[in-house]
Amino acid sequence: MTVQFLKEGDTAMVVQFGDVIDRALSDRVLGLSRRIRALGILGVTDLVPTFRSLLVHYDPLIVGGDELKGRLEGLLEASDAQRQEARQWTIPVCYEGEYAPDVDDVARASGLSAAQVVEQHAETLFHVYMLGFVPGYPYMGDLPPALVLPRRSNPRTRVPPGSVAIASVMTAIYPLESPGGWHLIGATPIRLFDVDAEDPALLRPGDKVRFKPIGSAEYAGIRKAVQARDFEMVCERAAS
Amino acid sequence: MTSALKVLDAGPYTTFQDMGRMGYQDVGVPVSGAVDKVSARLANVLAGNPPGAAVLEMLLQGMSFEVQASAVRAVLFGCDGLLAVTGARRLSVPAGRSVRLVRGDVVKVTSLGRSLSGYLALEGGFDLPMQLGSVSTYVRGGIGGLQGRVLQRGDILPLTAADVDVRPEKELAAPYDYGYSQAIRVVLGPQDDYFTPQARQAFFSGEYVVSDKADRMGFRLDGPKLDHADGYDLVSDGIVSGAIQVPGSGLPIVLLADAQTTGGYPKIATVISSDISVLARRRPGSAVRFEQVSLEQAEALARDLHARLCNIAEYGLREVAPAGVIDLTALRTENLTSGVV
Repeated sequence: MTVQFLKEGDTAMVVQFGDVIDRALSDRVLGLSRRIRALGILGVTDLVPTFRSLLVHYDPLIVGGDELKGRLEGLLEASDAQRQEARQWTIPVCYEGEYAPDVDDVARASGLSAAQVVEQHAETLFHVYMLGFVPGYPYMGDLPPALVLPRRSNPRTRVPPGSVAIASVMTAIYPLESPGGWHLIGATPIRLFDVDAEDPALLRPGDKVRFKPIGSAEYAGIRKAVQARDFEMVCERAAS
Repeated sequence: MTSALKVLDAGPYTTFQDMGRMGYQDVGVPVSGAVDKVSARLANVLAGNPPGAAVLEMLLQGMSFEVQASAVRAVLFGCDGLLAVTGARRLSVPAGRSVRLVRGDVVKVTSLGRSLSGYLALEGGFDLPMQLGSVSTYVRGGIGGLQGRVLQRGDILPLTAADVDVRPEKELAAPYDYGYSQAIRVVLGPQDDYFTPQARQAFFSGEYVVSDKADRMGFRLDGPKLDHADGYDLVSDGIVSGAIQVPGSGLPIVLLADAQTTGGYPKIATVISSDISVLARRRPGSAVRFEQVSLEQAEALARDLHARLCNIAEYGLREVAPAGVIDLTALRTENLTSGVV
């Protein structure tokens, strides 16, 4: 599929690389986003990478759509010599009891034991495709095939913050209390979104994430430290 | 002594808004800001503020407050209502004219008239912290404004200026056209090809009505249903304010200031930037017609609107006598010199 430039009114342009969820497409989206950030285009006000497209927000008083398209085309195939290493996070998750209300349903639906569900989830290195839905909400993939399930038939009106959830080929973490239809298989005590931080969202598109199972006592300990602002997440560098 | 407004009646949905926060949509933070940014700007211009200063946005109905400062200057804009002052004195000031208020004045925004939204700007602005570069309230995320929420009775709204001078007040030299019956202009796409030709035709020939499901996230419209040519599931992509998405019901939703940054429904068309404020003013029950323009026309209209607003700020204001002070010039011209009274 060739790259398409789609108008979204006079203040945004979709650069569409494809129409499916795919790691190779995601890498192209994130590469273009990175190049625009590094080189800058006058008039561009925000960049929103998604699974298969980049939304470029712009100010039409500064740059017109035709001119913007030309500038973007020039950055599409630019060589990415200084290719960044991805940030890799290890996120502690309690997959037990009250923190994992749907883990038994997921086990039943997938034909695995609850322990196998946790093992498969925690063994996978996830790629953050995009953030959306609510501030700091990461869409991470891809789940191992056995864990791929449709959403819950009864969405919850209130999902507690920190819930680790799965649906379709994705896993996510709810940063704030919100409604949600995904299966809750665990919870993390860390904060995903902190409006007072300089960089408010812990995760960014392109980051890598691995989950580390912890018990409820360790969950409580980390939670306390997070609330006292005495806990810092540190990332490693991973090959992209 | 601190300088503030005390909220007596917050109205159904009153929040602090400015021009919104850009730069955080990649981590899922909506732009927010006034739904009718044109009116918020002009309220500030009349109050002598920078155009992007934070203002109070009232939706559906107005608020009332008590002045707890030596003197403040307030402007209501974006609606047909009045500022009704009671307490030690009585005054009635129309929207679009500044007024100096003094300690103890009780002020009520009587109605928003035909507008869904109305804006109250105070000279010098409000003393509120920015969060992520903006004062705008995003209630769902608990970000900005006063504790990230809608106002409540009893809230104290801190002001920057402790006092304001007596000076001639300002109003627009010509009434502003809010465009209540104007067609809303759109650029087709980005996913117009997800719809049948009949749906595309119905979208432009039909008349829609703003439903009761209208808030800062968006307006659901009632009217002709739009059939998808081949399903309505879309792998999520980015959303801009003004995008018109069509879920399985076939009824369009126009996304506005607090819309999510991404979404998974096809977007048949996008309201152009110059017309978002025009649409955002329409109350539930108001009619909406759409008209297609090219991207070039949309860009020209964006420049026109910008020039018009700059022109109003520069040349479009006139001075009027301070409220509550006898206007001697008017008396002389209208009464005393007319001879036979």
